[in-house]
Amino acid sequence: MSEIKDKQGRSDEGRSLPVESQSATGTGKLIPVYVMGKQYMVPETLTIMKAMEYAGFKFIRGCGCRGGICGACATVYRKEGEYKLRVGLACQTVVEPNMYLTQIPFFPANRARYDFSKLTSAPEEIYKLYPELFRCIACNLCTKACPMDVQMMDVISALKQGDITRAAMLSFSCIQCGLCASRCMGELPQYHIAQLARRIYGSNIVPRAEHLGQAVKAINEGRHEEWLRMLMEMGEEALRSRYQEREMEPPMAGEDWVPVNAEYL
Amino acid sequence: MSYTPELQELIKTVEKTRPERIARKQRGGEFPMMSLEERDAILKKHHPDYQPTGRRALKVGPNKGYIVPDEFADIFEARSRVDPDMVDLSNPSIDTDVLIIGGGGAGTAAALLADEEGAQVVIATKLRHGDANTMMAEGGIQAASKMEKDSPYYHYLDVMGGGHFKCVPELVHTLVTQAPDVLQWLEKLGVMFDKYPDGRLSTIHGGGTSRKRMHSCGDITGAEIMRTIRDEARNRENITVVEFVPAVELLLDEYGHCAGALLYNLETEEYIVVRAKATILAAGGSGRLHIRGFMTTNHYGATADGLVMGYRAGISVSFLHTVQYHPTGAVFPEQVEGLLITEKFRGAGANLLNIDGEQFVNEREPRDVESAACIRECLERKLGVPTPAGRRGIWLDSPMIDALSGEGTVEKEFPGKSILFRRHGIDITKEPMLVYPTLHYQNGGLNIDSDCRTSIPGLLAAGEVTGGIHGENRLMGNSLLDVLVFGRIAGRNAASFARDNTAKGELTLDHVRAFQRELEVEGAADSRVAPVLLPDYTDPEVRKKQLTSHYLGTLR
Repeated sequence: MSEIKDKQGRSDEGRSLPVESQSATGTGKLIPVYVMGKQYMVPETLTIMKAMEYAGFKFIRGCGCRGGICGACATVYRKEGEYKLRVGLACQTVVEPNMYLTQIPFFPANRARYDFSKLTSAPEEIYKLYPELFRCIACNLCTKACPMDVQMMDVISALKQGDITRAAMLSFSCIQCGLCASRCMGELPQYHIAQLARRIYGSNIVPRAEHLGQAVKAINEGRHEEWLRMLMEMGEEALRSRYQEREMEPPMAGEDWVPVNAEYL
Repeated sequence: MSYTPELQELIKTVEKTRPERIARKQRGGEFPMMSLEERDAILKKHHPDYQPTGRRALKVGPNKGYIVPDEFADIFEARSRVDPDMVDLSNPSIDTDVLIIGGGGAGTAAALLADEEGAQVVIATKLRHGDANTMMAEGGIQAASKMEKDSPYYHYLDVMGGGHFKCVPELVHTLVTQAPDVLQWLEKLGVMFDKYPDGRLSTIHGGGTSRKRMHSCGDITGAEIMRTIRDEARNRENITVVEFVPAVELLLDEYGHCAGALLYNLETEEYIVVRAKATILAAGGSGRLHIRGFMTTNHYGATADGLVMGYRAGISVSFLHTVQYHPTGAVFPEQVEGLLITEKFRGAGANLLNIDGEQFVNEREPRDVESAACIRECLERKLGVPTPAGRRGIWLDSPMIDALSGEGTVEKEFPGKSILFRRHGIDITKEPMLVYPTLHYQNGGLNIDSDCRTSIPGLLAAGEVTGGIHGENRLMGNSLLDVLVFGRIAGRNAASFARDNTAKGELTLDHVRAFQRELEVEGAADSRVAPVLLPDYTDPEVRKKQLTSHYLGTLR
């Protein structure tokens, strides 16, 4: 195991430092970045998040999953000599020399409250909850501001045309960081509107899975109870042999595959 | 950072063996699965759980003498963040029916069900609502939903086998029998599951499953579920969420019931007393403790706060001697180190390969076995792929998936990972990924019964903070299921406990005083303070100069 420790950068004894901080120290040369206008020298190989931690920031806001999916670390930055504002996730974007950056950990966009169980699949429901949808002037700034490459203006256009399905599909990768809303001239809360569209699509437009209802019913009727109780009372040896004997569904089997043994179905 | 010329050269080896591997897969040929005996042998030799170093017996608390990794012992044998004598418990700032500690999948599901039972609910969460490991679960959620080929019987056997036959039977029974109902609930709430045009759910295998019962939403299943239930919680008038306010101690009352918690506002640094008729601990896992120095796939806030609070109040723990290493965390590029690469890639047909482009393990072994096999390949057989940062990795051959299931499948099934790797100049539809086992899941935790009750009346627990459901090793797709099944049960039962529990006892922190005394008697008292709340990644040189900010060990 000692070799694993080497790989992870630590020995069993050297447990004082979390491994990320060691990899964060890195070997790259130091470059200047400007966090909210103030210069810090950080290793060039780090992400914005790790660079800020390296510099001594301890995040309360602006840090979440550290894996590019939660939307907590939306960042706006500009490179030296450019006027263009760029966006990225601090946990995914690597620092560059003379980058000027700030995080936008929260955006106070409007969110409608609704009784979801009463909504239908009619687009008018969305229009009623978010009338500002029609303030969109198709400037495309929302799309340009999206760190996930969601075509957010197309999502809004689809909804204006009543196409909830298209809006749901197009917005599936949305992480709800709010950068789209921060750049919107029409003051739309795109990410909240898209969430509503996806829920309506998932619940009211796509057909429900019939087999789920059958499974729930069978369980509620207690069809499996006797077999389960038998397994629960079984000794480990007997359980092991039942486990070894399981008939495996072949990986490449099609949807129509059924097992030879139907005794416990 | 795209692949270096050296790695590009090694990828050619993978490309050379790929056509034959694809043809074999299409014929139904598989790398042989290990027998239970072979599994035991490889685990004992290569899995980190079985190494004798880096662990010690607990000196205090309900599990005194239990041997756990040092990182867990460190936080159990630590002082409270507060001096109980300084806290005024006479005038709570918040008085509610149900207090939920943690705003992840379990906490949010609990809130929805408690609300439906008529309770006033407060969720206290350390970061934002939804900032949790649930958000990061990628591959899927298990349920025996197709009765013509699957049933809770097989799901039960798979869970048990994955957990080394050590799981608590009653908990597994609840998990597998509630599973289809949870899916139906999510479908109704609008979760966009991967489906056939007629609404039938698509399902694939996961490691250790005997039937294809992994349901998914692209490669962001957890995020899709989390954002949907969070959206629903935001619609409910009787659910109040307080963010950036973690709990630091449970409060008991003179009858020994749990009666709320002491919260800490991370931004104003105030402590806040909350009285509740019932309390649910749903504070999640512990990857950010970096057990044995491993990288982690976990959320920033995964620091085992719930374990500390529960243990201090007298709840026993189990299965903390094991932690789960996910077989496939990214090791290249350096910026995404530790990032979870979902098991769904292997479920969809991608091979794990050594430097020679050869398979060395069946891709559907349980996670601990799969991880042990990767570690063996790199350390004992020396057939790992060297990375520029000096690590070793294993190839995960994602381009096979398009070859097996048609052009565009990777892009469609794994949109999250496709975008992310493209950002670093890697096209995973054409190039394999480099991976290595990564700290992923807290198998064990606080003991509960199948109604989510702990040994303290009025205190329930659900989700990763609990132990027993997964025994010594959890299977893929059972954590999302766990948080929702048990979160819902906890919410329902907390509401009913709150309804019946009308006695208002005097609040107390005496259990904290008693624990503190025990630490001193046993000589375990140290300067350590827990819950940790947030990990510290400051550069050591900078930290040396932060003379006052770390005097409590962690945060101000």
